[in-house]
Amino acid sequence: MQVLEEIQWVLACYADDVPENGGACVKHGDEQIAVYNFSRRGEWFATQNLCPHKQQMVLSRGMIGSAGAACEPKVACPFHKKTFSLLTGECLSGEDYQIKTYPVKVENGRVYIGIV
Amino acid sequence: MSKQTIVVIGNGMVGYKFCEKLIARTSAFQVIVFGEEPRRAYDRVHLSAYFTGKSAEDLSMSTASWYTDNGIELHLGDAVQEIDRQQKIIHSQKGLVIPYHYLVLATGSAAFVPDIPGIEKDGVFVYRTIEDLDLIKAYATGAQSGVVMGGGLLGLEAAKALIDLGVPQTHVIEFAPRLMPRQIDTAGSAMLQSKLGQIGLQVHLNKSTAAIDGDGKIEALRFNDDTVLPADMLVISAGIRPRDELARLAGLEVGTRGGIVVNGKMQTSDPAVFAIGECALYEGMIYGLVAPGYEMAEVVVNQLTAGEKQFSGFDMSTKLKLIGVDVASFGDAFISEPDCRTIVFEDTHKSIYKRINISTDGKQLLGGILIGDADAYNLLLQTVNNKIALPPNPEDMILGTRGGEQSEGAGVMSLPDDALICSCEAVSKGTICGVVDGGATCLDDVKKCTKAGTGCGGCVPMVKDLITGTLQANGQYVKDVICEHFEYSRQELYDLVKINQLKNYDLVLDHLGRGDGCEVCKPMVASILSSLWNELIAKQGTIQDSNDRYLANIQKGGTYSVVPRIPGGEITPEKLIIIGQVAQKYGLYTKITGGQRIDLFGAHMNDLPDIWEELINAGFESGHAYGKALRTVKSCVGSTWCRFGLHDSVSFAIEIEERYKGIRSPHKLKGGVSGCIRECAEAQGKDFGIIATEKGWNLYICGNGGSKPQHAQLLAADIDSTTCIQYLDRFLMFYIKTADPLTRTATWLNKMEGGMSYVKNVIINDSLGLAAQLEEEMQLLVDSFHCEWKEVVNNPQLRRRFSHFVNAPEEKDPSVKFEDMRDQVKAKW
Repeated sequence: MQVLEEIQWVLACYADDVPENGGACVKHGDEQIAVYNFSRRGEWFATQNLCPHKQQMVLSRGMIGSAGAACEPKVACPFHKKTFSLLTGECLSGEDYQIKTYPVKVENGRVYIGIV
Repeated sequence: MSKQTIVVIGNGMVGYKFCEKLIARTSAFQVIVFGEEPRRAYDRVHLSAYFTGKSAEDLSMSTASWYTDNGIELHLGDAVQEIDRQQKIIHSQKGLVIPYHYLVLATGSAAFVPDIPGIEKDGVFVYRTIEDLDLIKAYATGAQSGVVMGGGLLGLEAAKALIDLGVPQTHVIEFAPRLMPRQIDTAGSAMLQSKLGQIGLQVHLNKSTAAIDGDGKIEALRFNDDTVLPADMLVISAGIRPRDELARLAGLEVGTRGGIVVNGKMQTSDPAVFAIGECALYEGMIYGLVAPGYEMAEVVVNQLTAGEKQFSGFDMSTKLKLIGVDVASFGDAFISEPDCRTIVFEDTHKSIYKRINISTDGKQLLGGILIGDADAYNLLLQTVNNKIALPPNPEDMILGTRGGEQSEGAGVMSLPDDALICSCEAVSKGTICGVVDGGATCLDDVKKCTKAGTGCGGCVPMVKDLITGTLQANGQYVKDVICEHFEYSRQELYDLVKINQLKNYDLVLDHLGRGDGCEVCKPMVASILSSLWNELIAKQGTIQDSNDRYLANIQKGGTYSVVPRIPGGEITPEKLIIIGQVAQKYGLYTKITGGQRIDLFGAHMNDLPDIWEELINAGFESGHAYGKALRTVKSCVGSTWCRFGLHDSVSFAIEIEERYKGIRSPHKLKGGVSGCIRECAEAQGKDFGIIATEKGWNLYICGNGGSKPQHAQLLAADIDSTTCIQYLDRFLMFYIKTADPLTRTATWLNKMEGGMSYVKNVIINDSLGLAAQLEEEMQLLVDSFHCEWKEVVNNPQLRRRFSHFVNAPEEKDPSVKFEDMRDQVKAKW
């Protein structure tokens, strides 16, 4: 519980700004954060917008889905289809990339991203 | 306790690999790297790509921040000048004094420059660094003829570079009686030489250079046989010389002909100093390839982390593509009769040469050479390295089976468990099969567990075969399914979606699949839904591939390109002006495409709806360049203007393009119409091609350009326009319904049982009784055409999706940057 208090919740956008089962990009200062509305599961996720493979600001434009028996939520970069776990940021395509993930909460139709 | 310091001297490919491998294993050391060149380690193996558009940054082995991100101190443009082994200190050129615990010498090699009179003249270059390439590039502009000295691997690469630079006459001179004397034999060399001759490279063998003539700058080469070859420039690639001067100065043991002497642990005569890569001399041998250099780096990392791995020589088998020609040599390539038996296959028509050397008892493969076709390389190499018993007809290994029973024991599954499959990451067959037995079922799983296939990727086909083979051996039924979410083939899913009248992705997933979908099944289902119902794809934006989601083609740097439809390539001056005005207004780069239309590059996502609004108001429509759909129907100018034209090919091309525009299919579709047999529209290279005859049209189908070009085949001859369209309706619909995802028509036909005669029967003779249905289904798609961009432009809600920042819709992506190129812009990234 202590951890929660250290998180600064930033209003990112409104829930209907982000397409169902897709993502959108949020500007936070100089940072670009991808927010995903996984409506099929009723879940929200957020990661960095930069794909570490070719340094492109595009993850928010990628397709989301799930992998494996545990249905790990993931996003696929639109450039070369490298996939990343939305939970851990780990690259699921067998390479050593890692992306940043952020906690998300939705209250009264507003989407907040937790910045640590 | 503070960390021990490792100083790495040299920031080439091997020096970089050492750092990469070390930090992957441990963070127990402070690493300090010195590089004499001004830039970070780059890919020297693919240096000639620098002349065909790759930048120095593209060739770089790492990103700019990689060293800092990993806590490595990097000093570029600063060479180490002295090693004080007593005090364990190095002195750099810029005056840095750094104490070390361990020293790694990765100083590489320099080009060997023979001592020939006149070698110092202007216009004589070596081929080693990006700086060398810049000098060559600058000098080559005015050169009429260029000569490369040395017909080895690197020499031929350099010759390719000269050709790419546009030097009209390019020569290679070689001292030995054949090209690539270390890798291939005389017959192979002759085949390679004839192939190189076809692309304008002149090869001179047995040439020993006596002098370089010219007044201040090179004008000609004079040889010992008194012949003279005029030349404006000379690139020397006559071998390498290990960079051992620093080691020499420090009193380390070096070989009589150069190279720093190392033992199996890669230690020099001072145990705290290692040497790796092309500067190291192991058992009297310099290893001038990158793979053994990486292996040496691995050995040192292993030693430093208390391992016991030793270097024990390296297999110098190689496979590469030289100026578009496959060249491979493996095992003992040169052993000859009577010490072995040799099987040779030679095809001067296709310029293919294959030689395998087998033991005199016919049981073992010893080595061989492949020129022109090296597909069998991996399997042959494994057969040599693992001493696998040869099949009864060893010639099958280079010729394939020709009738009769399939040879036993030719596939990857017959390899022993310790066979090395991935040589980049040193992964054996046993390891791969082991993880499949342990539950891995796909390539990604295996990559993650073993790292196999993550290096050069050359072993990926073998890894895939091993996964399938192991699964089958374990009694698992391996079916060609779409992905983990749908246990159907595309054709099965197409039929099921149709029968169940499913119209959106979630319904399809709920009824027929499981899980939440992925980047494989989403766009495929999207394509099926479009082919069946032809509803606006933008309404299900998030299941589309990126290009279909934003109705534009994503390009480097994250901008998009815009392609309005220009049917048949015909356009009015007024419309040309509009395109020009739009490009000017939005700062776009314009280029004519191969399909006779105009591509506008560099559009911000935010600008796409505004750009299209202007284009649509001027009468343009979407060109569907972003979709797996009909692209263009290319035409020649036809009988209206051309004195040879038999019919009006432009009008027919426009009619056909208008008919099939917007229709989604398993892959993109291209067409062409030529007004006579001269075939200026290149219709036989398209998915469907139509050529005018005296009596009507000839219709060809299933041609392809791209990486595996294939000529289209004649479906029907001398037919009228109505019949032609009827056959096209049937053909296209049959393809759309039955092809696997992302399969072009050519591959579809190649896989089809019964081939062209079967397809002909279905389309012309209606052998399946489907013709009427196919025509009806096509008509439905034709009638439901809509311009996707028109719908988006007029729909404020869909328009809103085209902003980069959802919380700052007016603001464009600040990471997009442009620079100037030939009076236009190009993306900078």
